[in-house]
Amino acid sequence: MSRKTRIDLSDMSRRDGEPIGHVDLQDLMPLPAPLDDPARERPWTPLNPQARARYECILDDTCAVSVPKPATKEEETELVRQFLSGLDKLFTRENNWTFLQPLLLSMEHCARCQTCADACHIYEASGRNEIYRPTYRSEIMRRLYFKCVKHGGMISAWQHGDVDVNWPMVARLIELAYRCNLCRRCAQTCPIGVDNGLIAHELRKLFSQEMGIAAKEIHDTGSMLQLKVGSSTGMSAEVVKDNIQFIDEETSERTGITVETPWDVEGAEVLLIHNAGEILAWPENPGAFALILNAAGISWTLSSELAGYDSINYGLWYDDAQFARVAIKHAEAAKKLKVGKIVLGECGHAHKALSVIADRVLTGELNIPRESSMTLLRDIVASGRLKLDPSRNDFPVTLHDPCNMVRLMGVVEPQREIIRAICPKFREMEPHGVDNYCCGGGSGFAIMSGHNFPDWRFHVSGRKKLEQVLNAFGDCLDPSIPKYLCAPCSNCKGQFRDMLAYYDLWEKNRILYGGLVELIVNAMSEVKPGFIEWEWH
Amino acid sequence: MTTLLYAMLCLSAVVCVAATVVRAVGYARAPMHLRWELYPVPHEASDRAAHGGSYFEDSNWWTKPPHFNLRGELTAMFTEMLFLKALREFNLRLWWRSFPFHVGLYLLITTVALLLGTAVATVFVPAWMTGWLGRVVYQVCRATGVGGLVLAMVGAAGLVHRRLTDSDLRMYSTPGDIFNLVAFLVALGVVAAGYAFRPAGSPGALGIVIGLLTWDTTIRVPGLLAAGLLLSALLAAYVPFTHMSHFVGKYFTYHAVRWDDRVNRRGGTIERTLAEYLTYRPTWSAPHVTADGSRSWADIATTNPTKGTKR
Repeated sequence: MSRKTRIDLSDMSRRDGEPIGHVDLQDLMPLPAPLDDPARERPWTPLNPQARARYECILDDTCAVSVPKPATKEEETELVRQFLSGLDKLFTRENNWTFLQPLLLSMEHCARCQTCADACHIYEASGRNEIYRPTYRSEIMRRLYFKCVKHGGMISAWQHGDVDVNWPMVARLIELAYRCNLCRRCAQTCPIGVDNGLIAHELRKLFSQEMGIAAKEIHDTGSMLQLKVGSSTGMSAEVVKDNIQFIDEETSERTGITVETPWDVEGAEVLLIHNAGEILAWPENPGAFALILNAAGISWTLSSELAGYDSINYGLWYDDAQFARVAIKHAEAAKKLKVGKIVLGECGHAHKALSVIADRVLTGELNIPRESSMTLLRDIVASGRLKLDPSRNDFPVTLHDPCNMVRLMGVVEPQREIIRAICPKFREMEPHGVDNYCCGGGSGFAIMSGHNFPDWRFHVSGRKKLEQVLNAFGDCLDPSIPKYLCAPCSNCKGQFRDMLAYYDLWEKNRILYGGLVELIVNAMSEVKPGFIEWEWH
Repeated sequence: MTTLLYAMLCLSAVVCVAATVVRAVGYARAPMHLRWELYPVPHEASDRAAHGGSYFEDSNWWTKPPHFNLRGELTAMFTEMLFLKALREFNLRLWWRSFPFHVGLYLLITTVALLLGTAVATVFVPAWMTGWLGRVVYQVCRATGVGGLVLAMVGAAGLVHRRLTDSDLRMYSTPGDIFNLVAFLVALGVVAAGYAFRPAGSPGALGIVIGLLTWDTTIRVPGLLAAGLLLSALLAAYVPFTHMSHFVGKYFTYHAVRWDDRVNRRGGTIERTLAEYLTYRPTWSAPHVTADGSRSWADIATTNPTKGTKR
């Protein structure tokens, strides 16, 4: 029996210590075959009582940030004071020149028409759960803005609505800021241009920059670790070089072509920066890159500078200071090697971070040209420098569009031109391109696995994408037909790896995920057949 | 009475324009933000704009001359302004109510502009109104005025109805939202009633505007019509103080955010602007930010919080 009840905005301030939202499996958006069978719906692990006792898990059935419960009333009061202080700072030029203008516009012009709601995959997949409506979070923020920043009185409350400011509301808002993938599909549909994704982003920023509160996976073991040792994977330069050497050897053996990755080549045309997660989790991806670039005669190098070998920039999702620091490290690595350009490997958020957002951070000599690997690879494939045999990729392939690379950067066609050239059984997901849906792992979710958060991520945030994947392969779900879900983004691949495994779609339906370069190498005539190994990893 | 009406019409117009300008200037003077565009961007080359692509799809894009598809941008802009394209595409049920409301307002604004133009022409060339052009303009004014009133009222009534009957909209609607729509309905309704039922021989819309321009206080505006005009004037003055001024905000959300894909070139104006922002001294309190009010954004961005030292 569903416990779905209408949730009101005022519930955010409830002091009963209970979650205000709940998602029952039966409320979720139905999935197509083979997941239309209730027997294949995984149960949702309840949040353990210890977590509920220790942390502020009072929003819904999960907990992403794990904010400890304040021990005293005074501590609660102080946290609320910090929050209000940060809220003020969000609307000042000195503290937030980076996003002040779009934030003001989104605060002051929403017509509350709810057009955005139907565009949100989380809201739809949850069975239209009120707390996941894009405007639910935004409306709370908007009311706080008019009440606490603009100091509106009764007339303002009448015009804009009121909100009760207390610690439970702040604690729930912290969690709610981490129930949005920041994919900005909602913003794309807003007739006025209001951006709920930006509001979630700014809330995360307030919590991080003022209160020091952020999901540990993106701050402590994310951007801080990257700035400390060079990579959020924890790999130092020495370790990453060892790993790449191993990958080169493996790739050489698998392909029959000797692969050697160049390191720290001064004056190289291309500085390639991978998401270092690839090196650990999907070594065939950096191996394939090395093979392709060498075979195409590209002058390229990797960098062993701090952060120069890991393109991730988690600051993009929650903290401007951390964002700028990492972007500068990337540019400094390129400047030191005097390369012609930085090329970003298969990582969506790294694309957007360094190419788009950092464009107004990097100045002078740090403003080094940045390019997507999609365009470089497209040029290589189109040039005929590689001998490609599409019949080697004679299996169904579909393409996932990473939001950061596509809707938020406009790199849509290069990857398609490649796939059309080398994959005869390519089929699009619907919708695709700039209208795509997020994989459900965006904005850090793919690496967040505390408590039972993965259950939420697979049941709710990833559900719409899962539906798209199943529909794309709807004509060939039989396990005798291997299928390839191409996701040219490390975080998206992480989400697919975990979600496909969660629903057993490799074992039972032979849906494999992987990157784009693997398909290219798999089609290279000079390479030993079978670069793509049809086994789970 | 007529003097008071004229004074209120003028004052409201001044407040409306001044508040709109202040709001627009406020947004325009906000600092240039980090890039946050959203594709498709319509001023991209038309073949790219069709699939939502950007110049990032070109290798070595920074070596290519910048391309600005003015026609694409204008087409997208006017399609959105005139036909509320996004609403039609993503929220058709609301569009059926919002579109007539907006078109009605556009027609009423057109009517006011035509009346002002005609009044000025009539003051300086009294014979103009009796010529064929004057008669045509007069008929156009009547058509836009009546059409505008009907459409705006139908739209406003439809929007109020939807806000009150749709549970999703009702939850997020404030009393102010309902008041705003009802205010349009009442103000325009009183104008319509005042105009329709004005006594024979009383001045029409053009007569009142000419009277206003010449400050002819001998004109006797019928009470109901005067009340309607007064309410409409107050409403016009009120709009820029509410989210209904999204006609201002929308310019910036589209041009300065969604479609702002300007490239920061070395030595260019963007870089010079950024240089100023990097001297700002933030006061964020979290220790890892290392902002103490005396350190600039440049200092903070080049500080590694895990090393404890600059760089």
